[in-house]
Amino acid sequence: MIPAGFEYHRPADVASAISILKQHGDEARVVAGGHSLIPMMKLRMADLAHLVDLQDIGEMKGIQVGADTAVLGAMVTQHEMITHEGLAAAIPLIREAALQIADPQVRYVGTVGGNVANGDPGNDMPGLMQCLDAQFELAGADGSRTVAARDFYEAAYFTARDDEEILTRIHIPVPSAGTGYAYEKQKRKIGDYATAASAVLITMDGGTCASASIAMTNLADTPIWAEAAAAALVGTSLDEAARAAAVAAAIDVIDPVSDNRGPVDFKKHVAGVILRRAIDRAASRAS
Amino acid sequence: MSKMHVKMTVNGKEVEALAEPRTLLIHFLREDLKITGPHIGCETSHCGACTVDIDGKSVKSCTVFVAQANGADVTTVEGLVNEDGTLGVIQEMFREHHGLQCGFCTPGMITRAHRLLQENPTPSEEEVRFGMAGNLCRCTGYQNIVKSILAAADHLNAQKEAAE
Amino acid sequence: MKDEVQTPAERTANLKGMGTSRKRVEDVRFTQGRGNYVDDIKMDGMLYGDFVRSPYAHARVVSVNKEAALAIPGVVAVLTAEDLEPLGLHWMPTLAGDKQMVLADGKVLFQGQEVAYVVADDRYVAADAAELVEVEYEELPVVVDPFEALKTDVVLREDLAGQTEGAHGPRKHHNHIFTWEAGEKDATEAVIAGADVVAEEMVYYHRTHPCPLETCGCVASMDKVTGKLTLYGTFQAPHAIRTVVSLISGIAEHNIRVISPDIGGGFGNKVGAYPGYVCSVVASIVTGKPVKWIEDRMENLMSTAFARDYWMQGKIAATSEGKITGLWCHTTADHGGFDACADPTKFPAGFMNICTGSYDIPTAYLAVDGVYTNKAPGGVAYRCSFRVTEAAYFIERMIEVLAIKLNMDAAELRRINFIRKDQFPYQSALGWEYDSGDYHTAWDKAMNAVGYDDLRAEQAQQLEDFNAGKTRKLMGIGLTHFTEIVGAGPVKNCDILGLGMFDSCEIRIHPTGSALARLGTISQGQGHATTFAQIIASEIGIPADDITLEEGDTDTAPYGLGTYGSRSTPVAGAATAMAGRKIRAKAQMIAAYLLEVHDDDVEFDIDRFVVKGAPERFKTMKEIAFAAYNQAIPGIEPGLEAVSYYDPPNMTYPFGAYVCVLDIDVDTGEAEVRQFYALDDCGTRINPMIIEGQVHGGLTEALAIAMGQEIAYDEMGNVKTGTLMDFFWPTAWETPNYQTDHTTTPSPHHPIGAKGVGESPNVGGVPCFSNAVHDAFKSFGLTQTHMPHDHWRIWKTANGLGLHG
Repeated sequence: MIPAGFEYHRPADVASAISILKQHGDEARVVAGGHSLIPMMKLRMADLAHLVDLQDIGEMKGIQVGADTAVLGAMVTQHEMITHEGLAAAIPLIREAALQIADPQVRYVGTVGGNVANGDPGNDMPGLMQCLDAQFELAGADGSRTVAARDFYEAAYFTARDDEEILTRIHIPVPSAGTGYAYEKQKRKIGDYATAASAVLITMDGGTCASASIAMTNLADTPIWAEAAAAALVGTSLDEAARAAAVAAAIDVIDPVSDNRGPVDFKKHVAGVILRRAIDRAASRAS
Repeated sequence: MSKMHVKMTVNGKEVEALAEPRTLLIHFLREDLKITGPHIGCETSHCGACTVDIDGKSVKSCTVFVAQANGADVTTVEGLVNEDGTLGVIQEMFREHHGLQCGFCTPGMITRAHRLLQENPTPSEEEVRFGMAGNLCRCTGYQNIVKSILAAADHLNAQKEAAE
Repeated sequence: MKDEVQTPAERTANLKGMGTSRKRVEDVRFTQGRGNYVDDIKMDGMLYGDFVRSPYAHARVVSVNKEAALAIPGVVAVLTAEDLEPLGLHWMPTLAGDKQMVLADGKVLFQGQEVAYVVADDRYVAADAAELVEVEYEELPVVVDPFEALKTDVVLREDLAGQTEGAHGPRKHHNHIFTWEAGEKDATEAVIAGADVVAEEMVYYHRTHPCPLETCGCVASMDKVTGKLTLYGTFQAPHAIRTVVSLISGIAEHNIRVISPDIGGGFGNKVGAYPGYVCSVVASIVTGKPVKWIEDRMENLMSTAFARDYWMQGKIAATSEGKITGLWCHTTADHGGFDACADPTKFPAGFMNICTGSYDIPTAYLAVDGVYTNKAPGGVAYRCSFRVTEAAYFIERMIEVLAIKLNMDAAELRRINFIRKDQFPYQSALGWEYDSGDYHTAWDKAMNAVGYDDLRAEQAQQLEDFNAGKTRKLMGIGLTHFTEIVGAGPVKNCDILGLGMFDSCEIRIHPTGSALARLGTISQGQGHATTFAQIIASEIGIPADDITLEEGDTDTAPYGLGTYGSRSTPVAGAATAMAGRKIRAKAQMIAAYLLEVHDDDVEFDIDRFVVKGAPERFKTMKEIAFAAYNQAIPGIEPGLEAVSYYDPPNMTYPFGAYVCVLDIDVDTGEAEVRQFYALDDCGTRINPMIIEGQVHGGLTEALAIAMGQEIAYDEMGNVKTGTLMDFFWPTAWETPNYQTDHTTTPSPHHPIGAKGVGESPNVGGVPCFSNAVHDAFKSFGLTQTHMPHDHWRIWKTANGLGLHG
């Protein structure tokens, strides 16, 4: 497994990176951690003439946790997200999910930006960001724009990002205190993609569910933000009927494909079980 | 394909070379620098046999281009022996507790264990198993690897205490 | 002298001989990255080979265009079958009596088959060039199902067209390879027809792969000046490779030196000869330069050495009290495109006829039909002594199925059918003579250790809770009592390509009393340099630390058949002991001379010879060694060395009792092993630490195989499990802790009573994990389902039993 040759670029800022992309069009690809792209290059399934390494771009690094919003540079690694105490305190869902991605070595280099921008349905961060209602900041030659995670994914490996744009930062609303959360994932082993995974946020007001957000991973060619499933919880006491209705609504909108992990009927069933467990755990954490 | 000038620190020594950017770091280490401790096992970043330490992180060097590692500080299993040439504590504990058989995963295991214990000097068995899950071994069933790492933690902590 | 104050116990301990958990000498190198594996070898001017492989499982190769590849700077050659044909090397013999294309000769028979071999001065250039070789294919109908293969008109092996006689007897169909039978057909069928109870099942052991962490590879180096070929490689049987290379290349055997350096795990993957070796040798002969070929992981999983793929139809008959009266088995064996097993010649289905297991079954019959399909060739013994894993899985499933039919506890059913201690040596109905065993003692020890009755009570409670809706988890208790057959083997009935399966050891004692020993085997992680020195230490009385052990270089090591099938200890270990005894015999004469007594008046005592009745009069082995070289002794040649070629009188029969307890989540199909107890009896124990390590590793491979590890194909013959993402290889996180135990029943015919252990945990582990999964669902009516028990298959079982509401 030997990759084909390419020209290597290591720009120091976003503007330089974009100008390289502009110059080479679809012959160029950016690389962050590279643990999705490089195996594809080694299998000669990704063909590119110019590789633009983002590691020196300071403006794409760092975690800032504010009262209302957390901002993650796209080059923030999963390891950094896991070990950042401020982020874990503000949005514990991120640590819970990041710990379930790949393995320790991959988490040291795998970045949140790469994970969300690649458009791989197997990645965990896209669904997580939909659940959290994150906004993706995209920089292009004509300045930057923001796209909601919930609007970003079009099909497997197709997203709202233009080829000459770079996803630079992710803005995540900090859930209110007492928000219940859970990231539940079934996989065959560490290092595998999800057979089914789901992210859940629940806020309670007294005994009533005030808001909820549910997203599903690797159960369609994009992450699925299951709006109707969340709606089935809101306004209820999270009784058995509501939870079952939420699961039913989520299963209705997923569209898994058969693969080595199992056929469609199995995945749909497991998706329901996993979501139910995520709802139960999130509910138990909500106050 | 044109070559680039690459400079990095490997096991404490500055190295410079010309290499194609696409050269995988594992090949650069093994072929150009003749550092053959790190091995190639799966080539898709699942097995961890190629694990090296880059700037304080455990990294699978089969999934890093040498261009990306330009300027980095790299440590391999060869860099974990004591200055007098004797085995480092983790290495010694792998030997003591039969934490290896064919030896092919061992350099990656030990290099990963080194970083794990740097970050968590007193891991539980569960934390060792979770922290070592990026390294596959076909021979040992991991039980003695886990034992070796827990023993190494004890030894390192005792050494630290004695030094204080 | 320091010796004087040492007690016998101290002197024994000083030897670090048999029975001690001696630390491994290999580890000093391995732990600091100083191993020397084949890909670590670098030679001046070395070239690199890379394959162009078929994307199709069955196709004609219409044309191969090399032009674009040859145009790349650095590309030296692109070889195809046409280039090899004038040398007669476009096909090669397999170890199973079949032949295999080295490079596609007009057609391909499996996805990943070698079509062209690119040679370049850099491995990156070779890979680039391989991309540019243009191959035109014409697709042919694909046959992946072995039962379908025996019906279809599609001819896979056109080279065998019209041949009704194969290497192992008549062929019944153009896709049929052989039929092999053992036992008595009519008698067995009569027993089954008249039995109180008969259980019948299809037991499938799926296709899997040894997948050592290091893939296969070699460096071939032809020295045109001396005419000598040196071939370094991942060879589990270096001498056999030398002979095969000589036979197929025409190079005289003395001009071939095969070297197995350190090997990163073998497990049967590295026994056979592969096209990569042949192409590298040819390329080196043609270019006069060393040529390296290293498989990548996908190539490893797709093309070299699959294992199992046995469809075993079984019938087991018993009295209503549970005494087994007969066993019948018909196996359909899927070998892929070429029969590339590494079985002894007379055993095309390996030792599948050990399938009566640990039980006293008076009448039995086995037939195996080998079949070609459009899958990778092989059928190798993966951590297994030639189909013993399949046999053990078969019988241990059939016992469970029979227990269900009899409504009897499976532990008790085993107990009442075990071969009794006083029946050994035991003649099995399918033709083996079991050397020794004490199954009841082992079984009772295992049942007591795990608290079997309490486990069953706990399981019953958990089932009650499940039925009451209090839990969604089911508890399964897996039992296995396996009997292995290892140490192939006696030359009278065991050979590979005509090479008798003896093994060898040569020992040289140096004048100062240290030693060098060389064996015909080769370690792939078993720690031979440590353990064989321990045998010598105990036999000769020289400390193990003073003994260097060498293997794997055919120019220096005595001829031997290598390491696989748990044969090193039973065969080479015996040779080591016997060579040691030859040295000891000579040492006795020297000692007697030095002590001025008759030979019969001295006796061996740990590390010396003493005068009988006068232990204060002695000569240490060190003193004897010095005298052997430096003192003229009448009637005795100078020197102290010996070589032994050991032809074992029988196989050895290790056994074990395993118990697995696991919990199954019926909703997700996940299974979690709660407890695993493994009692192994491998006869005399040379190094308990290493035995325990072997058991841990073998059990983990068993866990992988039982719970998910497979080589799966789609209907087009595409490999679906070509990377370690999809080929299930558990991490430390999914792997449980194991509890090990032992009994010791030495082999009566082995010089030191050792039986071998490397494969036992894999042979016994797979049925144990699988039985646990089956057991969890037993009360809902499950009798048999197929491995691997991955999440979705377990879920499917639960679903089929109506457990999802």
